[in-house]
This record gives sequence, structure tokens and C-alpha cells, in this order.
Amino acid sequence: MPDQDILAKLTGILRDLLDDESIVLAPTTMRQDVSGWDSFAYVNFIVAVEGEFGIRFQVADVEAFKTVGDIVSQITVLKG
Amino acid sequence: MNWLPKAESFKEHLAAANRIETARSRLEALSVLANAQLSFLETIQLDAALRKAPAAPDAGFEDVRLAILTASTVDHLLPPTRVAGLRRNLRIEGYAGGYGQYRQDLLNPASGLHAFKPNVVLFSLIAKDFIGAVSVSASADEAGRAIGRTVADIRDMWRRAREAFGGLVIQQSFMDVEPQLFGGLDAAVPGASSRLVAQLNAALAEAAYADSVLWLDVARAAARDGLDTWFDVVRWLQAKMEIAPQAASVYGDMVARLIAAARGHSKKCLVLDLDNTLWGGVIGDDGVEGIALGQGSAAGEAHLALQRYAKALKERGVILAVCSKNDIGIAEAAFRDHPEMLLKRGDIAAFVANWDDKVTNLRAIARQLNIGLDSLVFVDDNPMERGHVRSELPMVAVPEMPNDPAHYVRVLADAGYFEATSFTKEDRERADQYAANAEREGLMNAVGGLDAYLEQLAMTVEFGGVTPVNLARVTQLINKTNQFNTTTLRMTEPEVEALASDPKAVVLQFRLVDKFGDNGLVSVLLAGAGEPGQLNLANWVMSCRVFGRQLEEEAMNILVEAARVRSVRTLKAAYLPTAKNGVVRDLFERLGFTRVDADAGAAGEGASQWLLSVADYVARPTRIARKEPAHA
Repeated sequence: MPDQDILAKLTGILRDLLDDESIVLAPTTMRQDVSGWDSFAYVNFIVAVEGEFGIRFQVADVEAFKTVGDIVSQITVLKG
Repeated sequence: MNWLPKAESFKEHLAAANRIETARSRLEALSVLANAQLSFLETIQLDAALRKAPAAPDAGFEDVRLAILTASTVDHLLPPTRVAGLRRNLRIEGYAGGYGQYRQDLLNPASGLHAFKPNVVLFSLIAKDFIGAVSVSASADEAGRAIGRTVADIRDMWRRAREAFGGLVIQQSFMDVEPQLFGGLDAAVPGASSRLVAQLNAALAEAAYADSVLWLDVARAAARDGLDTWFDVVRWLQAKMEIAPQAASVYGDMVARLIAAARGHSKKCLVLDLDNTLWGGVIGDDGVEGIALGQGSAAGEAHLALQRYAKALKERGVILAVCSKNDIGIAEAAFRDHPEMLLKRGDIAAFVANWDDKVTNLRAIARQLNIGLDSLVFVDDNPMERGHVRSELPMVAVPEMPNDPAHYVRVLADAGYFEATSFTKEDRERADQYAANAEREGLMNAVGGLDAYLEQLAMTVEFGGVTPVNLARVTQLINKTNQFNTTTLRMTEPEVEALASDPKAVVLQFRLVDKFGDNGLVSVLLAGAGEPGQLNLANWVMSCRVFGRQLEEEAMNILVEAARVRSVRTLKAAYLPTAKNGVVRDLFERLGFTRVDADAGAAGEGASQWLLSVADYVARPTRIARKEPAHA
């Protein structure tokens, strides 16, 4: 799946989760750039992303993600 | 959650619901959405919409303030719990205590918990905090002492929660999340985790029952679904969630079920279709000998298993009914003539087989049994019938039946429609009482005239106060009764006990016996001390099985006599309307009370307040003889 498609899906999930249609994610976006994306919303986001893509991140992955781009690359790796 | 139908076009429906202006209609639209299988994300979205929805006092939702006191992360459990409340007309406000802060929260009157003022407190604790320190080489005595200490400690917290907030207390069972240590021997080694957790759960469940604390059995759910469904070690490490997000929907539903059960909103009657539900095949086409039922075929045994489950439900007090498109003669012949039928015609309190549509017939069944449509669960293999009933009668629970009858029982059981908080003598006898009611109706038709009928019933009322023996039933009746219930004041066992032991209060319970049998404990009058010389009728409930048989009048005669003995001059009463208690709107007027709220509606929309002068009351003549038990 192209990175752009993954990014679009992640954007949709976060918009639904935070009930905010104005959210725009870029590969460089970090959590603190998005209002309301706190640690609780982050866990929910990870759960929803795993469900959407049918993957499981490792515990170390989730700690290591700094940007949305990191998440996109790891999804690409796990989707093979 | 496979008893719920799949959600269709969730996003569109949610957007449409959010645009609805009327508060009540919006809440109802959201509640329709809650009655479908939702993903993790959809649940969060629906919850967000629910929290934005304005209050709708006319929608008949009850307010619940639920505090979860916890040793793990539970924030993710609140959205599915609120959504599950929406499924049961409960508007749940949630409070998740700080992770591991539950003791301080309880003890400190300045805590967020105290500011929140919960009316339901749920203890969601983890086993490790209590028995983690027990060594694997502990003796049986040491292990037993650790369990005893834990039970005493948790009981103390229940007591504190109850003293601080009143209301309901729920205890979650402990999951055994530790790996096996020896193997099979874990079950025999006193200090092994799995044995400790099993013994702790057994001891705590018993203490909970004794203390009227409800038991949220996640350990049993985890045993059923697999521990990995309930406990996900990655989520534990990431966020200290002991209950995994994928189990959150079921968890929320189990919590809402318990709260609804405590408030009298569990279902009361199982309505069964016949063809391809109670047996395989179509009896009108295949004949009595052609249907698949019972030993000898796997499918026949699957249908028999549903009958066995229905029979077990009947034995615990659930009413059974049949609703089938069939000729009544053919349908009844199966019950009479098929050797493998486990359910007998006498097990079915309302038997409707005709060619009318099922919506009409479900209405008729509710009317015949004198229960609300929202007390019915309708089981039918046919998706068209299910869809029709869901759209016309959204208050009827309609489980999504799987294609394979092998799973019928599992789906019905998992849905938890008949969650109970106690099991009383009346529950055990209810089914026969309904059968006797059918006989009573036969008598009414035979003798003609209500008075002649009541005379022939040869009724006796037995009455007295609340005792340890009848406390559970008295409390159950107060909380389960929706129709004859003047104020719908719900009470816990300790609250009933406290009122009953107040020497100034009058709390009376009534049993009604007639020639067809004992109807059981069917009415409770609760009157507390008011101003000097006054008794306040806080609530009065009566089982729908007996009203209209002059017990209303006789119970009031008895109350007035008790008032005279205490030199009470006036009885004060109120009627607070709900969607279901219209049957008692004019009760106090009929009994000779005078309405005292100066202008209609002063006591609230549709509510009324009443006074009765004890000196002026003239005892109502009835056909009921009296028997006062020796101990009262």
C-alpha cells in the first residue's frame, strides 16, 4: 500500500477518534502537534490502527514512534 | 456481542442523529445505533455523540453515576459502558478513579470521587495487589489467612463506599493472568497463583452475596472467551490495561446489565418461535413425526438444547411464551404428541399460534401476561421477522440468531437478558403461578362478574414486617416492579433493612393465597415518619400478577389500622409518573385520599401529592380474609 494511502487512513482514524474533521496529518506530524492527542487517545489510536490494518505492533515500536511517518513505515514493514 | 445485528452505514446514521434537534428524538436515535455490533472506534464515536447530546428528561432514561475504583487503567472501558447503558435506557456518567488511588479516593472526603457523588461504585482490582506477596511455598494455613485478610479488606472498602455514597456496589472478580508454574499441580499447591485466585474468587463471591454487593464475573467471561481475549499483555505493558480493549464492549455490557438488573430492567419473558427454532423443520409441512428434535440427529439435539435452556430459565423464574405462525391445533399437537419435546404445553404461560403478524402477537402476549413489551426477549430464526419486530417494537430485545442452531443457546446466554441480582422463593414458584393465573382466567370466564369471581377465589392475605427471611424478596419486588409502583424509589437491601428497623416507620409486606395456590410475596408498603402525627408513604409496589383483586384496598385498610395504633393522624402519599406506572395514577383518589398539590403539576410534570385523614377513613369492603403471621 502506498504511503499516501496509509497516511490518509491514519488521518481518517484520528479524525473519528478525536471527533475533529480539521485534522491533517503529514509524515512529520508529532503527537503534540494535534490538539487532544494525549496519551490515552494515543493508545486508542494504536488499538484502532492495529484493527484497521490487521497488524500488531511490538511494545518497543509503540514507544519508539516519534512522528506519524514512523508509524507509516512500520505499518509498511508489518504488512510486508 | 454477536447477539446484536451488524451495524449498517454507521457513519451516515450517526451524522443524521447528531443533526436531530429534539433532545428526546436524538437520544432515541443514538440508542438505536447502540443496539448494533460496533467496532472499537465506532463505540468511541457513538459515546462522543452521546456525551454531546443534551439532557432529555422526557425520554425516560435513568441517570447513573458510575465510579470505577481501580488498580489498572480503565478509561477505555467508560465509552463502551456508557454505550451499553444507552442500550438499556440508562444515561451513565462515568468516573475513573486514579490508577491505584482507590483507597485514598474512598477515605479522603476531599477527593474527586467524593465530589463526583457516585450512585454506583465498581471495584476493579487486580489479584497481584492482594496475593502477589504470598510465597509459592506458603502452607495451606498461610494461603488461607492471606485470602481471609483480602476478603476482610475488600469488605471494609465496600462498607465505606456504601456509607459514603449509598447506592449500589459492584465487585469485579479477579482474573488469573499469571503463567502456570508447575502445570497441573498448580491446582493443588496452596501458594500457586491459579489456586489462590480461584479460592479468592470463591470466598469473595460469597461475601459479596452476603453483603448485597453485585458480582461482575470477568473471570468467568475470560474462561469462556479465552484469557487472551480479556487480558492482552501488550496493552498491559503499554498502558496498564488489565481488561483488553477488545473485551471492552462485552465488559461494558456486563456492567450495564448489572446496573439495569438492580433497577428492575432485566427481561422477564422469553418468547419463542417454533419452526426451525424450538425444532428443526416446519411442522405444518413435515408433520409431528417429520420435525428434527431430540436424540438421534445432531440438529435435533441442537434444538433440544434450546428447549433445555428455556426450561432451565423457566425454573429460575423466567416466563416462557410461544409466538408462531402456525395453526394452533398443529402447534399444540407437537407439545402433546412428540416424544422428544422437553417443553410441555404447561411450561408456556402464553401460547400464540396463528397467522397474524408477530408484532401484533407480541403485543397480545405482553397484554395477556400483564407485563411491558420491554420485558420481552423474542427468539426467531427468521431474519425478516426479527427485522420487522426490531423496527416496529424497538423496546423488545431481539437477539440475532446464528444460522447454525448449534449456537442458539450460546448466543442467548451471552446476551445476558435475564441478569438477576437474587434468586428467591418467588422466582422458583413463578412459573407455576403464571400457569395458575391462566386457570384463574378460566374461572373468571366461567362464573361471570368480577365480584362472584373474587368470592370464588377464596383469597387470604398474610402480612407482616420485613424479616431476614423475606428481605431479599422485598428488595427484589421494590426494584423489579415497574407498573404498580407509586414513586419508583429503588432501594438496596441495607436501605430496606434500615427503614424497616426504624420504630417510627411502617414497612409491610403482603402475600396473597387463593384456592389455586400461593401467589407469594406480592406487595410492599413503605411508610416513613414524617412531620409529627404523619406517615409518609415513600413507595408502594404490587406485583402485576395480582392487581385488580382488591389487595390494593385491603392493604390500605391494614396500613390505616397500623397508623391508628401509632396515633398517626394523616397519611401523605405521592405519585411520580414514569412511562410504565400509569396504572396507579388514580390509585390514591380511589382509596379516598385528597389531592393537595395546589395547582396540577406543582409536584412535577404529571406528579401528584395526596393526603388521607386517618380518622375519616372508612375501611374498604373486600373479599380478602386476613392472616397475620405469628412473628409479626
